[in-house]
Amino acid sequence: MSCLLFAVGAFGEPERLMRTETKAVVPKAAAERAERCRYEGSGALGDADGETCRRPNMATEGLLNDGAHQLKTFAVNGKHALNGVNGKANGVFHPKKNGHVTAHCNGTTAGVPQSEPKSRSHSKESFEEVPLVTAVTTYLGFYLLVVLGYLNQFLFAPPVAKEKNRKGYVPLYNRFEQFYSRYVYRRIRDCWNRPICSVPGAEVVLKDRITNDYGWTFQYTGLEKKCLNLGSYNYLGFAEATGKCAEDSIESIKKYACALSSSRQELGTSPIHLELEETTARFLGVEAAITFGMGFATNALNLPCLLSPGCLVISDEKNHASLILGLRLSGATTRVFKHNNMKNLEKVLRTAVVQGQPKTHAPWKKVFIVAEGVYSMEGSLVNLPEVIALKKKYKAYLFLDEAHSVGAMGPRGRGVLDYYGVDPHDVDILMGTFTKSFGSAGGYIAGSKELVDYLRVNSHAACYASSMAPPIAQQIITSMRIIMGEDGTDEGQKRVMQLARNTRYFRRRLHQMGVIIYGHEDSPVVPLLVYMFSKIGAVVRTLASKNIAAVGVGFPATPLMEGRIRFCLSAAHTKEQLDYVLDVLEGIAETLGLKYSQLPRYKGVIPYEDKIE
Amino acid sequence: MSSYWLPTSIDGFLGEIKEASLLHFILEGFLVAGLIWFIFRKSYKSHNVHSLSKEEEEKIISEWIPEPLVASTPLDHPALKPLVVTGKAGHYIDVNGQRCLNLATHNYLSFVDKPQVEERAIESIRKYGVGSCGPRGFYGTVDVHLELEEKLAKFMGMEEACVYAYGFSTVASAIPAYAKRSDIIFVDEQVNFAIQKGLDASRSRICYFKHNDVKDLERLMLEFESEAIKNPRKAKVTRRFLVIEGIYMNTGNICPLPALLELAHRFKCRTILDENVSFGTLGETGRGVTEFYNVNREDVDLIVGSMEWALGSIGGFCVGSSFIVEHQRLSGLGYCFSASLPPLLTAAAMASLEEIEKNPGLLTALQEKCKLVHEALTNLSEFGFSLSGHVKSPVKHLYLINPPEDMEKHRCLLHDISQYCIKNGVAIVPASYLDHMEAHPHVPSLRITVNVDLTPGEVEATSKLLQKASSEFSLS
Repeated sequence: MSCLLFAVGAFGEPERLMRTETKAVVPKAAAERAERCRYEGSGALGDADGETCRRPNMATEGLLNDGAHQLKTFAVNGKHALNGVNGKANGVFHPKKNGHVTAHCNGTTAGVPQSEPKSRSHSKESFEEVPLVTAVTTYLGFYLLVVLGYLNQFLFAPPVAKEKNRKGYVPLYNRFEQFYSRYVYRRIRDCWNRPICSVPGAEVVLKDRITNDYGWTFQYTGLEKKCLNLGSYNYLGFAEATGKCAEDSIESIKKYACALSSSRQELGTSPIHLELEETTARFLGVEAAITFGMGFATNALNLPCLLSPGCLVISDEKNHASLILGLRLSGATTRVFKHNNMKNLEKVLRTAVVQGQPKTHAPWKKVFIVAEGVYSMEGSLVNLPEVIALKKKYKAYLFLDEAHSVGAMGPRGRGVLDYYGVDPHDVDILMGTFTKSFGSAGGYIAGSKELVDYLRVNSHAACYASSMAPPIAQQIITSMRIIMGEDGTDEGQKRVMQLARNTRYFRRRLHQMGVIIYGHEDSPVVPLLVYMFSKIGAVVRTLASKNIAAVGVGFPATPLMEGRIRFCLSAAHTKEQLDYVLDVLEGIAETLGLKYSQLPRYKGVIPYEDKIE
Repeated sequence: MSSYWLPTSIDGFLGEIKEASLLHFILEGFLVAGLIWFIFRKSYKSHNVHSLSKEEEEKIISEWIPEPLVASTPLDHPALKPLVVTGKAGHYIDVNGQRCLNLATHNYLSFVDKPQVEERAIESIRKYGVGSCGPRGFYGTVDVHLELEEKLAKFMGMEEACVYAYGFSTVASAIPAYAKRSDIIFVDEQVNFAIQKGLDASRSRICYFKHNDVKDLERLMLEFESEAIKNPRKAKVTRRFLVIEGIYMNTGNICPLPALLELAHRFKCRTILDENVSFGTLGETGRGVTEFYNVNREDVDLIVGSMEWALGSIGGFCVGSSFIVEHQRLSGLGYCFSASLPPLLTAAAMASLEEIEKNPGLLTALQEKCKLVHEALTNLSEFGFSLSGHVKSPVKHLYLINPPEDMEKHRCLLHDISQYCIKNGVAIVPASYLDHMEAHPHVPSLRITVNVDLTPGEVEATSKLLQKASSEFSLS
């Protein structure tokens, strides 16, 4: 069976070879296409142009055609750019060529002041459309899996638990869902949920498991395997079993025990919580903050008390499930804008404000823009300066989820606001989690004192859910102090720099390799596109066999066609470790045909440098 | 090769047209016109503002004044000046610097400050660090999670368990993992807020029955049944659920489980039982309300428990058959999309669970203390307090018999009584509710929790103090 699957995957090979021959022609053609887009604007040429210029509004910003007739800049969707854009061709950066041509096709962004950070962000997002042949083979591969799955289901009874004593009940599960998890997901089920038995630091020890029945069940062999960890969200490397953070947490257990068994509004507030909130507010540069015991719950339980029916939420299409759940619970009207697409956001925002509520046309009570700092599956960075400009123009409020960006972005590690140099008061609600960069758990909401006071009284989590465990809180306080340099060392700054360096280096090397990666060049979340379902499994397994732990993500977490491997970089990684991963990846990319990128590649040596721009 | 249905010549074709009836022409003409209209019509959109000019739009935008981000908060709200607990919230607790007997936190079995539990947590930090740095799917599954899940399943005598990172999110994620938009959920009106959020997230049709009233539930189910007979096609795809709590956090009562299960069975409802209070407190060995009634646990489809109260840690869990629980590993939102429970808290919960297993005497002791408190506080009716809650429940609610009419004053009075008790060395707090968010209003109350280490003397003193409070605030 797996031979068949790989046959589908292997279609990638000849196609890739074919492309290398035509590669020299592509940029020129694309450049011409881009030129046309630029002048004909929102005309009807869109669809005929195929892959790179499919939608009329896609190629509107940041166009530049440099002297060498090579396409350097091509912003898609107002945000995504092809690899190596604005003078940065596959790993090399030429700041001077960063010509930024704005808004030719659409007058709506005219009101947005142009600022330097914004143009930077545009140029640094990496995105490349899926090659047509790959798209077709991906679909074919998926359909083949489905057909084979149905055949399998038809012929053999699945070795799964059945519901007992529930005869005559309405079936509990959706049939396709069940089929999908049994016959499609099960084939590569071994790539997820792998148990670990150590600190999820730069290296992690995986518990070895095998399956004798094609993924229906797993048995533990009792062996362990040390792997390089590119799967955990340990951005600043604070997942440590020794050192100051661990010691302080242990102290706090001795002082406050593991839990308080009460909610914040009853008897669940201890000095450690107040200290944590005060430290968080100081870290973020805002008036006040409130913290909760779980990051997911921070969104799901606080959005409903900030919003009500009659409010409008404009939400990025790639927002996290917790945000979507929170919005659903709030009863507010939700509209979605295209991922990080500022023009689309403005369009939705403008229409909403002008038209008011559906049917009655009464004005909205409040309009919220909900976006994330770094998107966990895309690796992209919110275009914050433009979002802020839009929010101000249309009097909307901004809810920014910094789950992945706080700690991991910015020269001082204070998140995307720090990265763009934005005043924290320009964002109305700052939300973030402590799970990632701080190596702990829980979440916060920060902003004005008024906001935080309101939440203390009205938040579902503050009223009903149990308060944060003291050792968890202590870990955050200690790691946050280290990042701020309050411990008297430059340890925190070093970690922030190391992460930035690792990120740049790893991303540039991948570009050079010719694989397609998504996201911002400074984002420590690096999704590597493999497209095909079977390749997700193949890559994750091969990496595991070479002692590298990485995460594969496929449908339904991503669009069907965009299966990917996600690497999360960490300040704990050394250059040698990254080089090892890159070497292994080079081999995998060669054998599995992952070098989908059609862009010119930089031939020189990529430096591992200190500089953060 | 000439086919018989094609006209052989132009003349023949024209001839055929001439022969066709006028009606034919009109009919076909309409069809063609309809087709053209169908193809070229604009997809439906409301065109109410299509004629607004740019200036008009700008005017609307500049004139629109949104509501402030948040409504203003009264500065004297008690939540803004929270009681601060210094030190461990054990049998005794330091509230704002005052040492008090603890009748407020849900530390039923005194595991919060048990040295064994702490040691295990510390050991765990030394091995795994603090956070797990990832969701269960992405290298966030630590071996202690698997161990705890296995232990919980074994403890409850069921096939499988899954552990969530937060008590609140457990039931709130478990319900919408099964119940969807087209389904119907029968639910007790006094269920806790987490369940209510789970119901909201499921978007199912919700039927509330009166608190612990089996008759009322039967009436609702019969009503639904008669509806189902009218529309059998819809009924065939409408899943039915019954959601109840073992011990109700909001009243302290135990659900009449056998009767409820019988009804559920009769009407083919699947049962989700939230045992956040009753797990580790009810039954001879702490297996919860199923053990209390000696009910076959397989009759309940899913049992949801909390590790935040009796086990003195953080998190929650679901146990049931593999068929049921496995589904949450892909569909439980709070399970899939949240970082997993920190290993140290997992280890702490495991240590507590082992204590319960090793020492079932704890349960008998707790139930005795529950009875003791119950008896002491029931006698307070002449002092203006009425007690609700089952004798064996570790959660009891103390209501005012003659409360002030005004809700706000009622709440303030309870707050003052609580402050008075704390000042005099007994920590009792009002149950906190977000009244405007709750599905059904709750009568304000003081929530009393029972700890296994309480002594008869302490209970006596508490009763005396409440009597004093009664005369202080002239309650009787």
